Amino acid sequence: MEAASISGADAQLKGPALGGRLGRIVAQALRTWRGKVGLGLTLFVVAVAFLGPVLGGTGPLDLKGAPFEAPGHATGALGGDALGRSVLARVLHGGWHLMLIALAATVLAVVVGTAAGVVAAYRGGRVDSLIMRSVDVLLGVPQLVFVLMMLSVIGAKTWLVIVSVGLTQAPQVARVLRAAAQDVSERDYVKAVAAWGVPPRTVIRRHVVPSLLSPLMVESALRLSFSIILVAGLAFLGLGVHPPGADWGVMINENRVGIAANSWGVLAPSILLAALAVGTNMFSDAIARAGLSSARTGDPSLELFAVSATGAGEVVPLQEVPE
Amino acid sequence: MNGPAGAGPAERPVVEVRDLSVRMIATKTPIVSGVSFDVAERQTMGLVGESGSGKSTVAVALLGFARRGLEICGGSVRVGDVDVLQLSGDKLRDARGRLVSYVPQDPAAGLNPAHRIGGQLREAFSVHENLDKRELEDQLAELMRAVNLPSTKQFLRSYPHQLSGGQQQRVVIAIAFACRPRLIVLDEPTTGLDVTTQRYILEKINEMAADYGASAVYVSHDLPAVAQVASKTAVMYAGRIVEVASTAKLFGEPRHPYSAGLLKAAPSADETNRLVGIEGRPPRPGHWPSGCSYAPRCPRAQDDCRAEEPLLGPIEGDSLVRCLHPIPLESGAGLALTAAPRPEPLEGTAVQVSELIAGYGSKEILHDVAFGVPRGECTAIVGESGSGKTTLARCLVGLHSNWKGQITLNGQPLRKGAREREHEQLRRMQYIFQNPFGSLNPTMTVIENVEEPLRHFERLSPRDRRRKALDILDTVHLGKDFADILPSSISGGERQRVAVARALVVEPEVLVCDEITSALDVSVQALLIEQLRDLQLQRSLTMVFITHNLAVVRSIAQNAIVLQTGAIVEAGPTERVLDDPQHPYTRQLLEDLPRMEPSGQAAAVG
Amino acid sequence: MAADPLQVAPVDAVRHTATPSLRRRFSQALATRPILSMVLSRLALGAVTIILIAIIVYVATTVLPGDAATAILGHSATPERVAKLRAELGLDKPLLTRFWHWATNALSLNFGNSLGEAAPATSVGTVASNSVTSLASERIENSAVLVLVSAVISTVLGLLMGVYAAYRRDGFFDTVGSVFSLVASALPEFVVAIFCVLLFSTSVFHWFPAISVLEPGVSILSQPEKLVLPVLALVIVVTPYMFRMTRGAMIEALDSDYVEFARLKGASTARVALRHALPNALAPIIQVVGLNLLFLAGGIVLVETIFTYPGLGLMLVSAINGRNVTEIQYIVILLAVFYVLLNIVSDVCVLIVTPRRRYPR
Repeated sequence: MEAASISGADAQLKGPALGGRLGRIVAQALRTWRGKVGLGLTLFVVAVAFLGPVLGGTGPLDLKGAPFEAPGHATGALGGDALGRSVLARVLHGGWHLMLIALAATVLAVVVGTAAGVVAAYRGGRVDSLIMRSVDVLLGVPQLVFVLMMLSVIGAKTWLVIVSVGLTQAPQVARVLRAAAQDVSERDYVKAVAAWGVPPRTVIRRHVVPSLLSPLMVESALRLSFSIILVAGLAFLGLGVHPPGADWGVMINENRVGIAANSWGVLAPSILLAALAVGTNMFSDAIARAGLSSARTGDPSLELFAVSATGAGEVVPLQEVPE
Repeated sequence: MNGPAGAGPAERPVVEVRDLSVRMIATKTPIVSGVSFDVAERQTMGLVGESGSGKSTVAVALLGFARRGLEICGGSVRVGDVDVLQLSGDKLRDARGRLVSYVPQDPAAGLNPAHRIGGQLREAFSVHENLDKRELEDQLAELMRAVNLPSTKQFLRSYPHQLSGGQQQRVVIAIAFACRPRLIVLDEPTTGLDVTTQRYILEKINEMAADYGASAVYVSHDLPAVAQVASKTAVMYAGRIVEVASTAKLFGEPRHPYSAGLLKAAPSADETNRLVGIEGRPPRPGHWPSGCSYAPRCPRAQDDCRAEEPLLGPIEGDSLVRCLHPIPLESGAGLALTAAPRPEPLEGTAVQVSELIAGYGSKEILHDVAFGVPRGECTAIVGESGSGKTTLARCLVGLHSNWKGQITLNGQPLRKGAREREHEQLRRMQYIFQNPFGSLNPTMTVIENVEEPLRHFERLSPRDRRRKALDILDTVHLGKDFADILPSSISGGERQRVAVARALVVEPEVLVCDEITSALDVSVQALLIEQLRDLQLQRSLTMVFITHNLAVVRSIAQNAIVLQTGAIVEAGPTERVLDDPQHPYTRQLLEDLPRMEPSGQAAAVG
Repeated sequence: MAADPLQVAPVDAVRHTATPSLRRRFSQALATRPILSMVLSRLALGAVTIILIAIIVYVATTVLPGDAATAILGHSATPERVAKLRAELGLDKPLLTRFWHWATNALSLNFGNSLGEAAPATSVGTVASNSVTSLASERIENSAVLVLVSAVISTVLGLLMGVYAAYRRDGFFDTVGSVFSLVASALPEFVVAIFCVLLFSTSVFHWFPAISVLEPGVSILSQPEKLVLPVLALVIVVTPYMFRMTRGAMIEALDSDYVEFARLKGASTARVALRHALPNALAPIIQVVGLNLLFLAGGIVLVETIFTYPGLGLMLVSAINGRNVTEIQYIVILLAVFYVLLNIVSDVCVLIVTPRRRYPR
C-alpha cells in the first residue's frame, strides 16, 4: 500500500482529458484484486444475460419435463422448474431484461441526482435548502416501499419501474455529490477562477464537475448494484414487469415451493443475481479506493510516505482562515 | 563508532543515542539511518531539519515508537541507565511519559476531543502511579501552577476545543512534565502559534526543564526558535545527522554546507539581504544517492562526495560534521550575504484603500482601514492570526464582498465582488493563495493551469496560448519538463512557482500575495522570495505581501503596515517601522520575535 | 520572562442583557441548550416531512388512475355499481375536501377501514371491514420484534467485530472480515433468505421451519423458532454495514494524533483503544445504527414475504396486491413516522457524544 503510493507518485501523471482520467481511475482500480474480481464477476453475469438468449437457444417457455425434475433429464443440466420448463434455458433468458431496466434506472438516478446535488452545492441558499429538503422527504420512506406504492396504483409498467427506482436512488446520489461539490467549491483553485470574474456556469463546468469524476463513478457503480437488487426484488414480489420470456427474480419466487426437489430453480438465478450485485459493489469499492489514493497525492495532510514521495513536505497549519 | 562528544561537561551524558535507524516495514527502505547524539543533564538540544528529513521520526523513536508502516531497526536510546529500545510491553509503556515524555506538534490534534482537560491531565499521572485522590489533586494543582493555568474545577471541566491555542499547548506541556521525566521530546511545539505566545511557550519550556531537572530534545524547522532554546544543535538531512555543534558555533560558523545553506536561506528581521535558497529537492527515502546525500545540491561538492559516503566525525573546533569538504574555520565564506537591491521608485499610488469596514455576517473583522500602496514597491501587511489580514487581501481582489468603504486601483474605484468588476481591473490585480496544495486545479496539468487565466482574459490561438504559458513558466525557472505533468507530482515550492506564473501570465500590475511562503521550507521560501524580488524589479510590479513573519517583511517589503485585530496600528517605510517602532504592539512583536543569535539564557543552561 | 499573554477566558459565559425581548430570550435559551434546540428544529422539520409524505401518499394512492372502487369491484363491474361505491367511500367529493377529511382523521389515528378481505363479498351493500389500525396492531408488534431482535444482534456483532478488526488492522480477522463484509453487504436480502432456507431448513440441515406462519392472536415470542431464520437473514444483510463503518470510524480515530499522544503518554493499548479511540468513533457508529434500523424497516418487506412472517411488510405486499388503499396509506405513513423519529433520535445521540457540538465555544 505504502510502496504503491510512492510508485504512483513517481509516475509523472500525464494529461487531464476526461477520458484519460476515467481510464486512469479504472486502470488503478483494476490493479487491486477487488477491482479485478468485481469487474470479472460483473462481466461474467452480463455475458450470461446477453449471450444467453443467443446461445441458450431452446425456448424458455416450452414445457419439457416434469415439474421440479432433477437435473440431467429432458429439462437439461439444471433440471425443471415449477411447470416443467428448463431451468437452464430460463436462466439464460432471464437476465437481460432486468439488467437493462436496472441500468436505465441507474442512469436516471445519477443524472437527476448529480444535477440536483451540484446545483444545490454551487447555488447555495434557498435553492440548496429546497433541493435538500426534498431529498430528506424522499428519503423519508423506504425505497422499496416507495416503489411498491407507485406500482400498486398504476400497475407494473416498464417505464414506471425505471422512473420509480431511479427516483428513489436519486436522493442518495444528490447527497453525496452535493457534499463533494461543496468541498470542491471551497477549494482555492475554484476561488482563484472566481477571482478572475469567470461566470459561475463556466466555473462549474470547467473546474467543479471534472473534480467530481471519482465520486460520480463510485456512486454510479454503487447505485447500479442497488438498482439490480431493487428491480429483482420487485420481480420476486411478483410486482415487477413480467417479461415474455423469463426473469431471475420471478424464477426465484415461482420455484420456491420446489426448493427441496430441485433447488437449482432457485439457486441458479440467486447465484447470478448475487454475483452481479457483489461484482458491481466490489468494483465500486475498488474505484473508491483508487479515487482516494489519487486524491491523496494532491492532499497536504499526508502521511510520511506520500509526503516524502511528493517531496512536498510537512505543511505548516494555515495561519489565518476567515471564519 | 565513537560517541559524539557533547558540548557539555565531561560526566556521562543523561541521554545517549547511538546509531538509531528506522525503516519502512514493507520495503525495508531506510527513513532514518545511524542517528547518534548525546544530551547532558538539563541540556536542551535542538534537532533541526526541513520537511522529510526524518526529524519527527527520530523524535518518536526516542520513545521507542514508530509510526504506522515504520519500524525501529537498530541502535540504542539510553536515558539514565535504561535503553528505551530494549524495553517492551508494560515496561516500555511505563517508560513513556515517566522516563521520556513527548510534546506533540499540534496540541489541538493531540488532545482528545472527547474528554475533558482535567481527565486528560489526571491520566498523565494515573497511567503510571497509583496516587490517592488527595495526592493526585495536589500534584495536579502544582503542575497547573507551573504552566500558569488555573486549576479551577471549571477550567478542568472544559473540553480542548474551548481553550485557545496557547492554553492547549500549555496543557500538553503540563502532561509531558507530569511524571518528572528525565528526557522531554518536543516535536515542533510552537508551530502555528503567534510570536508572543511562542516566546512565552519557549521560555516556559526552558524554565520547566531547569526546574524539573529534565533534558530536552527540541525538534523544529524553525532556526530562530532553536537558537533561542537550545544550547546544542543537530542538523538533519535525508534521514541522517549532518552536523552537531553548540548552538553558538553552529549558528555563528556552520561547517556543513547544508547547515550554512539553511542559515543563508533564513531571512533576518534586522537586515535586508539577498537570501540564498537551496536549489533542487532533498532525496526521497529509497532514492538516497550513493555518496553524500547532499552532494547533488551542494555548491562545494567534488567528485569524491558522489562516490564516498562521509561519516559523522569530529573536526577541529569541537563540531561533528558529516562532510568530506567542510567549510574551513574562520573563512567567513559560510554566511556571506549581499544586500538586496531596491526597486526604482515610481510615481503615484497603485491601490488606495479608505474607510474599509469588512466582516462576516454581523461580525466586523476590519474596522476603518485606510492605506495606500505605492506603485512599483512591495507593501507588506503584517498581522497575527485573527488580525484580519487575509480578509483584507480578499476584499482587495473581490473574493470577499461584504465590505463598505472604498478601494481604488489606479484611481478607479473597484466594485465589491469580482463578478461586478471590469475585465481590465480584474486582469491588472492578481491574487496568489497561501496554500500551494489547494490553489492549482489537480485535474489539469501545470501548463493548463497557467493557460486558464489566458482563456478568460485574452483571445489567443491554442498555440500562442501555450507559447505564452511556456514563456512565463520559464521566467519562474520551471522548464518544459514541468508543462505536461499534474500538480500532484511536483513539490510545494514548485507548485507555488506555478501559482506565481499563473498570476503573472496575464501581465498584472499589482500582485496580492497572501502568506505565500508560510507553507514552505526555509530553503524553498528563500528561492521564492528572491524570484519575486527579481520579477518585481524586472516588471516594475506593485506587490501587496500579506504575512505574519517580520523577517520576511524585512527581506522583501519597502513599506510595512501592522494590523492588529482589524485595525492598522502602524504604517510606514519598512526601515522606519522595524527599526524605530512607535506603537507598543509593533514593539512587542519585534521583541518577542526569536532571533538567530543564540540567547545568553539558553546557552547558560547547558 | 515574557508576560503571560493568555488570559483564561471564561468557559461558558452566558450574557444577560438588560431587557431582553421574549424572542431574544428564547433564542438565547436555545443557544445554550444545543440538544433542545436541535430536537425542536428536527421535530418541526420532521412534521413538515411527514405532511409532505402524507400528501404524496394520498395523491399517489387516490388520484392516479385506478381508484379504490374499481379495485374493489374489479374491472368487470358496471359503472353504476362503481359510482355507488365511490359515493359510499366519499370518492366523488373534491380532492382537497377528501384529503382534509383523511388527514384530520389520520391525526386521531383513524385511517379508515380496510378495503380488503370481506369487502368484495358484500358487493353493493355495506363495506364490512375492520379498521386499519386495529388490523395492523398485531402486525406492528410482530415486525417490531423482528426488527428489534435483528438490530440488537447485528449491532452487537458488527460493533465487536469492527472494533476488533480495526484494533488488529491488516491482521487475519480484519482481512477475512473485510472480504466477507464486502460480499455480504452486496447480497440482495431475498437471496440471503433463500440461502438460509436452503441451508437450515430444506436441503442441508432441517433445523428450523422454512415458513413462519402464525395463528392470529399468538405471540411470536411464544414460538421463537419461527423467528430464527428471518432474523438470521436480516442479520446477515445488515451486520456487514455495521462492521465496515465501525471499523472505518475506529481506524480513523486510531490514526489520529490524540491516540498517538495517548500512547506516548504511556497509556496501555486497551486503554488507548477503548478510552481514547472508541468515544471519538461513536458518532459515526450511531449514525450507522440509525441507518441500519431504517434499512431493516424496509428490509422486512422482502424477508417477511419469503417466510410468510405475519408482519407489516407482508401486510403491505398483500395490501398492494389487493389494492387495499387505506392499508397502504397507513403502513407507508407509519414507516415514514418511524423514519423521522429514528433520525431525530440518532441525531440527538450523535450530538450527545460530540462535545465539540454540545458545548459551543
